[in-house]
Amino acid sequence: MNEMTKIETTLKDWETDQEVRWCPGCGDYAILKAVQRTLPQLGADPSNTVFISGIGCSSRFPYYMETYGFHTIHGRAPAVATGVKLANPDLDIWLVTGDGDGLSIGGNHMMHVLRRNVNMQIMLFNNEIYGLTKGQSSPTSRIGTKSPSTPIGSYDRPANPCAFALGSGARFVARGFDISKKLPEVLVAAHAHQGAAFIEIFQNCIVYNKDVFEAFAVPKGAGDHQLWLEHGEPMLFGDAKTGMDKGIALDVDALELKVVDVADGDWEAAGVLVHDQTNRTIVHMLVEMPFGPFPMALGVLYDDPQPTFESAVIEERAKSAAGKEANLAKLLAKGQTWTVEATEGHPA
Amino acid sequence: MATLAANTPEAAADAAPDAVVVRFAGDSGDGMQLTGGQFTLSTALAGNDLATFPDFPAEIRAPQGTLFGVSAFQINFGSREINTAGDAPDVLVAMNPAALKVNLPSLKPGGLVIIDTGEFSKRNLDKAKYDVSPLDDGSLAKWDVLAFDISALTIEAVKPYGLGNKDALRSKNMWTLGLALWMFDRPRGPIEDWLKAKFKSKPDIADANIAALNAGHAYGETAELSGPLKQLHIQPVESAPGLYRTITGAEAISLGLVAGAQLAELPLFFGGYPITPASAILHHLARLKEFGVTTFQAEDEIAAICAAIGASYAGQLGVTSSSGPGIALKTEAMGLAIMTELPLVIVNSQRGGPSTGLPTKTEQSDLYQAVYGRNGDAPMPVVSCSSPGDAFECAIEACRIAVKYMTPVMLLTDGYIANAAEPWMVPDPASYTPFPAKFLAEKNAGDTLLPYKRDTKGARPWIKPGTPGLMHRIGGIEKQVDTGHIDYAPDNHQAMTDARVNKVMGVDVPDQEVSLGDTSGKLVVVGWGSTFGPIRRAVDNSRRKGLDVSHVHVRHIWPLPKNLGALLHSYDNVLVPEMNTGQFKTVLRDQFLVDATPLTKTSGQPFAIAELEAAIGKYFDNVEGNEGGEVAVNDTQLPSPEAEI
Repeated sequence: MNEMTKIETTLKDWETDQEVRWCPGCGDYAILKAVQRTLPQLGADPSNTVFISGIGCSSRFPYYMETYGFHTIHGRAPAVATGVKLANPDLDIWLVTGDGDGLSIGGNHMMHVLRRNVNMQIMLFNNEIYGLTKGQSSPTSRIGTKSPSTPIGSYDRPANPCAFALGSGARFVARGFDISKKLPEVLVAAHAHQGAAFIEIFQNCIVYNKDVFEAFAVPKGAGDHQLWLEHGEPMLFGDAKTGMDKGIALDVDALELKVVDVADGDWEAAGVLVHDQTNRTIVHMLVEMPFGPFPMALGVLYDDPQPTFESAVIEERAKSAAGKEANLAKLLAKGQTWTVEATEGHPA
Repeated sequence: MATLAANTPEAAADAAPDAVVVRFAGDSGDGMQLTGGQFTLSTALAGNDLATFPDFPAEIRAPQGTLFGVSAFQINFGSREINTAGDAPDVLVAMNPAALKVNLPSLKPGGLVIIDTGEFSKRNLDKAKYDVSPLDDGSLAKWDVLAFDISALTIEAVKPYGLGNKDALRSKNMWTLGLALWMFDRPRGPIEDWLKAKFKSKPDIADANIAALNAGHAYGETAELSGPLKQLHIQPVESAPGLYRTITGAEAISLGLVAGAQLAELPLFFGGYPITPASAILHHLARLKEFGVTTFQAEDEIAAICAAIGASYAGQLGVTSSSGPGIALKTEAMGLAIMTELPLVIVNSQRGGPSTGLPTKTEQSDLYQAVYGRNGDAPMPVVSCSSPGDAFECAIEACRIAVKYMTPVMLLTDGYIANAAEPWMVPDPASYTPFPAKFLAEKNAGDTLLPYKRDTKGARPWIKPGTPGLMHRIGGIEKQVDTGHIDYAPDNHQAMTDARVNKVMGVDVPDQEVSLGDTSGKLVVVGWGSTFGPIRRAVDNSRRKGLDVSHVHVRHIWPLPKNLGALLHSYDNVLVPEMNTGQFKTVLRDQFLVDATPLTKTSGQPFAIAELEAAIGKYFDNVEGNEGGEVAVNDTQLPSPEAEI
């Protein structure tokens, strides 16, 4: 995001007159509402906001936002967005992509927009399937996913979006899911981050990959399976009845995370880690935690800003131009020249 | 090609030549391109017209002494108009056996070959596949041979500077240059200045090189007394008055893009990815930031064009550049720019293909790709440049069309133009008509914004994100007429397809002029791109022989000039020489139902003038060697003049 004058808007101001064309019950509806709810909170200006997407169900998103929008081509939204940001760094850019668009055909661009740290919010809707092309397995599909292209089950190992983002050099990595009430909070944090902010949003494709996130992304029993991280707070989780009676600790000998029981709320005694959103090493462990034995790590996992790409480009441009005159006539006549004088036969 | 008129045929071989062709050839590590470049500069400063042809291997440091590691630089210069780098050298400088073997077959009979015997070891002869040294077996008898140990003379010359033999030998190219400067009576001053600037932080190296240069020069004076070496003084050419410099195509395109952006009153955004021979444009522009230029080296070709599209969307002039394989990767994004109707310039520095093909050799085989090579009905204007100097004009023209019509434009150049240098009369930027871009500031239909409402030219408005109140969505899905909303309806797609085609076909392309000759007659030779030089010279030579032949050179490949069809039909025969298998010929036949005859060549080498003259001669029955009158030009490939290698 950028420093900007705050504008008063309501959710309605961010809706377009276009009919939303996602399947009834699609998780995308909830994400759309969460975004439309978040932008007024930010004081964002629709005239200064650009939604840029690739191809896929998620990438229809810009059509439903009353902002500037660019629905580009498959996988290339990060590259288009980089050009937009370099041309006008004052624009507030939201990138919308999916697991196929962002990690398969566009994986290369995703890596580079993250490592360059172009200032924008990147929402990757992960539904672990290709929806718009009717249900083929995707790079995040779990092994054994049955689909038209993998009739007896997929056999290639899935990518982990947040681990990919960290490995690519992202300075902000967060997780949320479509129907989570906390999604707007995550979006606010992403927007506040100066640089490329990567947000993996688990999204339920009710037609082709229904309820694959049911184990943690439903209200019932959520506490046992969701670890919501907050900077400076202990990594505690647990169900509503028993309270936060479990935590994440570091097994120092094995150098890996472990789940520990917390008795009487004394998390310190149990060795529970305090979340430090700038500790890259622990964050790597958190995003790699296998779900099942561990809860799903959610919220702002990593937030440690570094100078943005566009600021570096502006600086380099200024340095390169310093002391030079932008005189085209002089530029054209640069280097060793010679003059042919006018003669009788060839007057000037 | 800066002269006012052609006076005599190319490379006449009379006693006082008005043009000379020199080829420097050596190992790719010998610095032949540098030698050629500096010799070019001194030639330009001496007031000769010139054209050059750098010919180097794709490998950065091919194994030393091998046949495929030979790097050559040819220059044709003279006291009259020069159109090409020359068919066959008068002088060949061969720095090792491999360079001799590769280049000797093209040397004119009776020409001079200067040989560094210091490199004619058994090992180097083996690498060049010589069983017996050509210095010993009489095989050089039909040429004047000046063979001596340049290596040893160089080492001797730079001895005072305490360099090891290996470092000392690096100055061999300067020794050779010194000799060449003596041969053509050129001052050494500019080269000395250049060496001092280049080795500013290493004055010893600069001094050593200057010593080598001087030694080579002094050798010439001495050798003249006893050997075949003669000093020649080529008079300055009679040129139009003005300020001149030398320029390569890559430089000219870069400068033209900067000029185009200024005329459009827009910042320039250049997205590029390293590829031969297009990278030079990225390198030039990266040093021009003070002109509001942003250069972005992207992660791949696709990202380079997509970032340029993003920049155009945000209100800058987006430009991307590549060569055939990279252009192929950009194709889908070009479709996006066509669909979203955003200005964009795509520079294609063509090289031999398909696939990786011949990275450092030239070809014109991307014409189909430029005109037809996209999915869907995806019309795009195509402009092609015919020489390094013309590349400046064409880059401005591409920017103009892109901004005026809200469309991507492809600018075709090729490896030959990109690397070749020619004298260039420095233009006055104030002499170009500005074409300032206009951005929509408020709603354009009462209370409604219509992002795809077209003006009389068929162009939609350019709306920068960040403009208050003009929020709208664009994308690659078919747009509804006027509103730009998603619309798959049959009538709408018909209407939008028509609108896109009509817009491009309505681009204000200037009428085609005849480059040389008459507006009707027995034969017209139609060219495009870098074949300009050889065609011009061949047609000129043929006309001097009294043949009724004219030259038409087309800059606007798409849309074609509106009068071109009628013009071509006014000749009895249409001959289309191209460095491909006949692509423009197909377009001409398709567009104008004209009986265009192809003359094709895909050897990676430019056309030789003699090849073209021979092809022209076959249409006339009074030409020597052309028995029995008119003979149809064959459809088969012309061999390269160096094909025997």
